[in-house]
Amino acid sequence: MGRPDYVLFDRNTKAIFWNLNRNAIQRMLDYDYTVGRTPSIVAIVAPTQNRKFEKFFFGTQEIMIPIYKSTVEAAEKHPEADVLVNFASFRTAYNVTIEALNVPTIRTVAITAEGIPERLARDMAHKAKQLGKWIIGPATVGGISAGAFRIGNAGGTIENIVKSKLHRPGSCGLVTRSGGLFNELSNIIARNADGIVEGIAIGGDRFPGSDFLDHLIRFQKNPQVKYMVVLGEVGGELEYKVAEAIKSGLITKPVIAWCIGTIAKHFGGEVQFGHAGAKAGADRETADAKNRALKEAGAIVPDSFNDFPEVIGEVYEDLKAKGEIGEIEEPEVPPIPEDYAKAVKAGKVRRPTNFICTISDDRGEEATYCGIPISEVVEKDYSIADVIGLLWFKKKFPAWASKFIDMVIKVVADHGPAVSGAHNAKVTARAGKDLMSCLATGILTIGPRFGGAIDGAAKYFKMAKERGMDPYEFVDYMKNVEKIPIPGIGHRIKSTKNPDKRVELLKNFAKENFPSTELLDYALEVEKVTTAKKENLILNVDGTIGVLLVDMFRNLGYTDEEIDELINAGAFNAFFVLGRSIGFIGHILDEKRLAMPLYRHPWDDILYDVRRPEEA
Amino acid sequence: MAQRGIREYDGKRILAEHWNKYFAPEFEYDFKSVLVTPQTDLDKLPEEYPWLKTLPLVAKPDMLFGKRGKLGLILFKKEKPCDVDYETAKEWIKKKMEEDVEIKGKKGKLTHFLIEPCVPHAQEDEYYVAMTLGQDGDHIFMSAFGGIDVEENWDKVREVVIPVLATDEEAEKLIEENVPEEIKDKERYADFVKRLYKFFKDMHFAYLEINPLVMVGNKIYPLDFVGRLDDTAQFLVGRKWGEIEFPAGFGGELTPEEKYIKEMDEKSGASLKLTILNPEGRIWTLVAGGGASVVYADTVADLGYVNELANYGEYSGNPSRAETREYVKTVLDLMTRKKDPQGRPKILIIGGAIANFTDVAKTFDGIIDAFKEYADKMKEVGVKIYVRRGGPNYEIGLARIKKAAEELGLPIEVYGPETHITAIVKKALTENP
Repeated sequence: MGRPDYVLFDRNTKAIFWNLNRNAIQRMLDYDYTVGRTPSIVAIVAPTQNRKFEKFFFGTQEIMIPIYKSTVEAAEKHPEADVLVNFASFRTAYNVTIEALNVPTIRTVAITAEGIPERLARDMAHKAKQLGKWIIGPATVGGISAGAFRIGNAGGTIENIVKSKLHRPGSCGLVTRSGGLFNELSNIIARNADGIVEGIAIGGDRFPGSDFLDHLIRFQKNPQVKYMVVLGEVGGELEYKVAEAIKSGLITKPVIAWCIGTIAKHFGGEVQFGHAGAKAGADRETADAKNRALKEAGAIVPDSFNDFPEVIGEVYEDLKAKGEIGEIEEPEVPPIPEDYAKAVKAGKVRRPTNFICTISDDRGEEATYCGIPISEVVEKDYSIADVIGLLWFKKKFPAWASKFIDMVIKVVADHGPAVSGAHNAKVTARAGKDLMSCLATGILTIGPRFGGAIDGAAKYFKMAKERGMDPYEFVDYMKNVEKIPIPGIGHRIKSTKNPDKRVELLKNFAKENFPSTELLDYALEVEKVTTAKKENLILNVDGTIGVLLVDMFRNLGYTDEEIDELINAGAFNAFFVLGRSIGFIGHILDEKRLAMPLYRHPWDDILYDVRRPEEA
Repeated sequence: MAQRGIREYDGKRILAEHWNKYFAPEFEYDFKSVLVTPQTDLDKLPEEYPWLKTLPLVAKPDMLFGKRGKLGLILFKKEKPCDVDYETAKEWIKKKMEEDVEIKGKKGKLTHFLIEPCVPHAQEDEYYVAMTLGQDGDHIFMSAFGGIDVEENWDKVREVVIPVLATDEEAEKLIEENVPEEIKDKERYADFVKRLYKFFKDMHFAYLEINPLVMVGNKIYPLDFVGRLDDTAQFLVGRKWGEIEFPAGFGGELTPEEKYIKEMDEKSGASLKLTILNPEGRIWTLVAGGGASVVYADTVADLGYVNELANYGEYSGNPSRAETREYVKTVLDLMTRKKDPQGRPKILIIGGAIANFTDVAKTFDGIIDAFKEYADKMKEVGVKIYVRRGGPNYEIGLARIKKAAEELGLPIEVYGPETHITAIVKKALTENP
């Protein structure tokens, strides 16, 4: 890779990110953009994702990062990546790490998961050491190589990163256990000195993959690092390794060190202060004992965490006075465009919408129909007709209207297999098509000649009455001007002497329950004229439904114009479409059940009259 | 948490449940142990365990503390060893459950007991074996001199370290080579320890000690068993542990509030911890982050106010608004139960480092929700609030909490990342000594 062994990350470091954690990946890319390098993440591993790539922002532009099913596959395609940022859960993080350690091109694995079993964590750590590789974590936010590479969420927001001078190298090498305090110390070092070269949070577990000393040794070798800051914790003995290394001369650069958890002595080891690894099993493991040992070894140990800023400032000023640390020219920082969602939340931007919805809302705890939660619809025993009222007309129907709609749906649900829509649905089902296609075939048959009479009847009867035509005038008008039979009038077999029972039911219901039935009354006058001509020219079921729907909407307070809009929008026809779909589905399921073969129409039922074309 | 102690009963139960896989048929273990809890009907117990009426018995508390023999808390004889019958054991347990006892400076009541058959044996059959999870490997301790005096005979204990990535064969060889000379049947002892080590590893024990381990021929009597499990391995081997309980140490029973937060923590992806140090204390903390929470506690102690520090705890890992609200309400409830006897204001430190990814505004909304519910009580006991926090959306969070507290009439001071993390502690304690 051409980089010294003491450098884990530089401005050319490429990483594979395990787990499609969009936020963390975007934060890493934002960091890359801020420090003026190319994107550090070259691949994402997400075994359960079927997509091949994911889009991310790089500044204002969008880039595509490929997604792979396994680390091995990702590493084969991207041998330039030597870091795996392992964001797997505690259940899978171990296996992911072991897989990655076995990949020759991967040198460093950073693990965020908290709660990896200790035995497994210890195995990972030793395996990495055996292979001469690095593990950072588990249970850590990771770390930052200032101005070069950021692991996951380390350093927090971009604003904080710039304020804490994590976007360009300073002169301190930082190692902490805690991730939150890593951030805090970066900030303290930026305020009281010139920031860090590199900072690592080793994580709160008992067996971290790499510890304080591992990183201090790298810092000792790194000429950019002029002094080091170590933040330890009560519990464990890792800090003693640091003390011994200072004593033995392995570490010669100034080390400022402090172990938190001095409080523990007041509570006799009964209270767990801090992380899983942070419980003093013996006097040696107390924060006080470790602070003492570090001081004796030659580390600079403040009197308390409160004094950290001052001590860091002193060391920095001293090294500066000696000429070991120079001035840093602050780099230009390109602004990171604010995320749209965040800007909206903050009330900073606005955007016109492309769609409007006034009937339902799925954004809250529970979806609503016209403002009423679905659970309430169920609990308060809304009927299907009531739901139609809410979603089609944004109305809570009175009981008589709901009952009427319910009757309409029942009445139109089916009319046997021979009518064209049902026939088409059956033929399609026999061709082996799925339910959706068969149903669509049936529904697509509905139009002016099949099932369209409800709309037509409503339209013409309403028009005639509004214009004040008397029934005779209307019949003549339809014959002479529109030149069509009156929609809703006439039946194949039913007549005045043999009335249609469905029509009787609907009429009686309306008479008894509708506040008024003006258009029905008008249509019945028309019927008297037509049946006088021919017995079977009765107001049929479509006609009855059509005129009664007009009466219904008028009684619900709709104006004539509003009712015309409903008719033109297809709302009346919709009752037929919805009702008849029940029948179509019945026929389709019937065909599936019967498993009838492909239908072929018999030749003898077709008049063939085919001739050669005439020459043009 | 990670390593957690289990009852002697559970340790033996797990051992027995997996005996066939690890030890049989070469070794035999006749598992006969009964756990007595305050819910146990001692009169009916022999119906389920008839041997209680026929065998001589031993009874002892099973509550994680050791040295029970030296504390006089093992019942194994009336006049001579192994002459305790069930009636005697029953009465003894009943009596002991009533008494107040003090163990390692903690007062409390004995609630859980173990009853087992008394096993007469010779001192020379008492061995020792223990295993622990160490940084460099698993440490195995073996000795021919088990029993209550093992610590006095520690020089006779042989320690061997099994390196972390050692194979089974390497581990077995190391055990064999290190069995102490004084053990009579070295081969059989080594065989048992090898098997026990496999069990120890597979079950994710962090610590396992059998002392004394009585071995007569191929019959094994683990007279005492101390175990700690790594509870993070629950997802791997929880089923093998069976119904396991991780009791608090004697006298360390959780308060209802601590228990409530612990249960919430176990259900949540975030981290919520609460320990009540001194419910009468005047200084209460609501600190985000495991490291920061320690720093705040350290600082209170450094400034000489450790006796007034009421709680230790943390919330972190981006808890939801509702989780934060419940956490804060629990603390506020405790804090506002009584006024300070000297009439001084109570101090609420809302602290935290600069968060990496926790949404500060969101968690502060949860704190504000709790303020709204407790504002009257907070005013009654005179709570002063000091806030310091940084991280995602911290400006919004700080502005909102300031506004909300002021509207509720709660005195508040608010600081961001430009102020040192623990400066508010000094400020609060200087202003309200």
